[in-house]
Amino acid sequence: MNGSKDIFSTIFSAGTFQMMLRSATPVALAAIGGSMTEHAGIMNIGMEGMILMGAFFGVLGSFLAQSAFAGLALALLVGILAGLFFALLVVRYKSDEFIIGCALNTFAIGLTTYLARNYFPGDASGNPNLPELNLAFLDRIPGLRVINHQSVLVYLTWIIVILAWLFVYKTPYGFWLRASGEKPDTLRTAGISPKKMKWIASVLCGILCALAGAHLSLGQLQGTFTDNMSNSRGFIAFACVIFAAAHPGKAYLAALMFGFFEAIGLRLQGFVSSDLTGMIPYLITIVMMVYVVVRKQRRKMKNE
Amino acid sequence: MKQNEAVVRFEHISMQFPGVLANDDICLEIRKGEVFALIGENGAGKSTLMNILYGLQKPSAGALWIKGKRVEEFDPRIVIDQGVGMVHQHFMLVPSFTVAQNIVLSREPRKHKIFFDNAAAEEAVRKLERDYGLTVPESTPVEEISVGLQQRVEILKALCKGAEILILDEPTAVLTPQETEELFTVIRGIVREKDMTVIIITHKLDEVMAISDRVGVMRKGRLVGVHETRDVDTRMLASLMVGRPVLFEELERSGTPGAPALRVEKLCVSDQRGLPAVRGLSLELRAGEILGIAAIEGNGQSELIEAITGLIPIRSGRVEVLGKDVTGREPGEIREAGLAHVPEDRLATGLSGAATVAENLLVGKQREPRFNRFRIHQDRRAVRSYAEEVYERYDIRGAGVDALAGEMSGGNMQKVVIAREFSFDTPVLIISQPTRGVDVGAIEFIHSRVMEKRNQGAAILLSSADLDEVFRLSDRIITLFEGEITGSFRAGEIGKEELGLYMTGSRRQGGTAE
Repeated sequence: MNGSKDIFSTIFSAGTFQMMLRSATPVALAAIGGSMTEHAGIMNIGMEGMILMGAFFGVLGSFLAQSAFAGLALALLVGILAGLFFALLVVRYKSDEFIIGCALNTFAIGLTTYLARNYFPGDASGNPNLPELNLAFLDRIPGLRVINHQSVLVYLTWIIVILAWLFVYKTPYGFWLRASGEKPDTLRTAGISPKKMKWIASVLCGILCALAGAHLSLGQLQGTFTDNMSNSRGFIAFACVIFAAAHPGKAYLAALMFGFFEAIGLRLQGFVSSDLTGMIPYLITIVMMVYVVVRKQRRKMKNE
Repeated sequence: MKQNEAVVRFEHISMQFPGVLANDDICLEIRKGEVFALIGENGAGKSTLMNILYGLQKPSAGALWIKGKRVEEFDPRIVIDQGVGMVHQHFMLVPSFTVAQNIVLSREPRKHKIFFDNAAAEEAVRKLERDYGLTVPESTPVEEISVGLQQRVEILKALCKGAEILILDEPTAVLTPQETEELFTVIRGIVREKDMTVIIITHKLDEVMAISDRVGVMRKGRLVGVHETRDVDTRMLASLMVGRPVLFEELERSGTPGAPALRVEKLCVSDQRGLPAVRGLSLELRAGEILGIAAIEGNGQSELIEAITGLIPIRSGRVEVLGKDVTGREPGEIREAGLAHVPEDRLATGLSGAATVAENLLVGKQREPRFNRFRIHQDRRAVRSYAEEVYERYDIRGAGVDALAGEMSGGNMQKVVIAREFSFDTPVLIISQPTRGVDVGAIEFIHSRVMEKRNQGAAILLSSADLDEVFRLSDRIITLFEGEITGSFRAGEIGKEELGLYMTGSRRQGGTAE
């Protein structure tokens, strides 16, 4: 009796929600980036690699310049390059996006692991990390405490969600972006290059994934890089994109759900084996995908 | 501007594609305020010429003038600015966008410089609707409106961009007769009242006569004639299109029906949803005769044919080919028994678009010893020379036997399917929709081939949505309604109108329907 009450209060404590926001952020950022490429009609599974590179180069920049913001800048630069490289192969040279995505992921693991061994022979921790927001008045309002003391990128993500939503659904450019994926020839005959929109989407995705990676290493882990630290978040982000039908707001909510279960998993480690709790986010991902398939089937039935 | 002034001038335009000269030295003037029809067989180069005018393709040689200005850069954006609009055969609309969002695409009204102004877009569309007397549901997603309305949206889209010269690429291909009539009313209206120039690409000659002022005929990439529509008739246009007189006269029949070759007894078949599609149908087909099936789409004719050829399971009943029971056999075994099949959908089941013409012609014969060395190694030279011979014999026109089948025009794809199936020389032929979406010249060719097979003694079961075709080819005609035979007639025994009564089930042989 007593034990179950403990589990319950542990799960629904302020700490869980704080952790939820923190863990949801990298997935959310990548998912918003993935929404861009998804709208442009590119199946982008290369987000995993883009996040990992963002995470590493964030730490590297932070270490070299002894400034977290320099790290952030280097991560962004690498993100732009990764996006350009992806677009070059997928859009310009029409390679198979699935293969290129896989290649990017594999390349990212190799590159970051190799460079990490070179630059950080011991361990890559303790580098300057991104600051946290600290507004004293938030602590005094019950319930709002959880949104205080978060890394700056958590807050930036909220702004990005709104901007991305405005961009996709409320600006002419968003219409072009969606048309470039849904009916590229239509856009072309209207006199706008669908390829250009795909290039832009790839670069935006690169930038957002780099931010996701930078949050992971410079924010969440406070200046630490570990091998393969993206740990499938790119794939979970991809699941969020599909789940949210590439709607940035819904993708954020899907990422929050993921964050919530990751937080629970971490919290439950005191009660259950961590091998089991670590499974929770991935199980949720599977459930999400099953839901997507069921939804699609239902719609198909309705149309028939 | 006065009448007869040239708004578009093609000067010695040529377009070379790999292996095909799509446009060959075209000189043509389009006059302001006219409806100009551009006709030609599939693959004659009409669409290429119009794609050049719309800036989608740059000609390999020649000059294009629009409203007295030479086009230097071939880019839709620039050409659109000069007043050219195009309604493509396959609509260029984004399904999830609303009508208004589609119409203003690329020229969206904005607020605060960066935001899409949906209200202004819808207002602009309403203004267009008033100006041109065309109504559309401006805030409905395009995927929810009918094909006829989608076309109207396409026309408004062109007008919204200030089009004065409107190109319509096969606009009636997807329309019902009523929608076609409405479209023509719209065209007449915009030409008369708004001084627009309309270029309409088609191969339906009745429509040329109904709507156009002048007509240009293309054949094998060349412009072979430009005429005032009132000076020509459909027969003359058909001959110009094909390059020789198109007779469409009685096809010669010889021989008398022989022994039964295909027998179907009390056949019952279900459709995809498991509902009865063919209900206890029996028929007998003799060697040397063509039995035509006349039925409205969805009355069991497709299932009947797929069941006979072994593509879908049979519930009950019996199918015999040359006296051999093939009920429930695999398609391959049924073919072995002496049957070949031209399926109704050439792209889905008739051929593989991603394979070459030669490969498509070979299918079914690939195991024959003459194409194989040591039984395992394909003899490419033998395949190639065989394919080339068939290609020649069936008058297939395209970029040769090594080109991808999917890149050919519809008429030529159909010829590939027919060539392959006919070359099995089977006693029984099942032919479904032999000329759907095929041009006049190819239709005539295919018909004469079918008749030739009949005269050589093949038993042919023909199903076609084109009643004229059924009448022209068949020795006997049966009507199907809801999976049952409602009437059986000898050729010449019944007229089209009367046949329609049997096709709709309002009359049945052996007493009227309930």
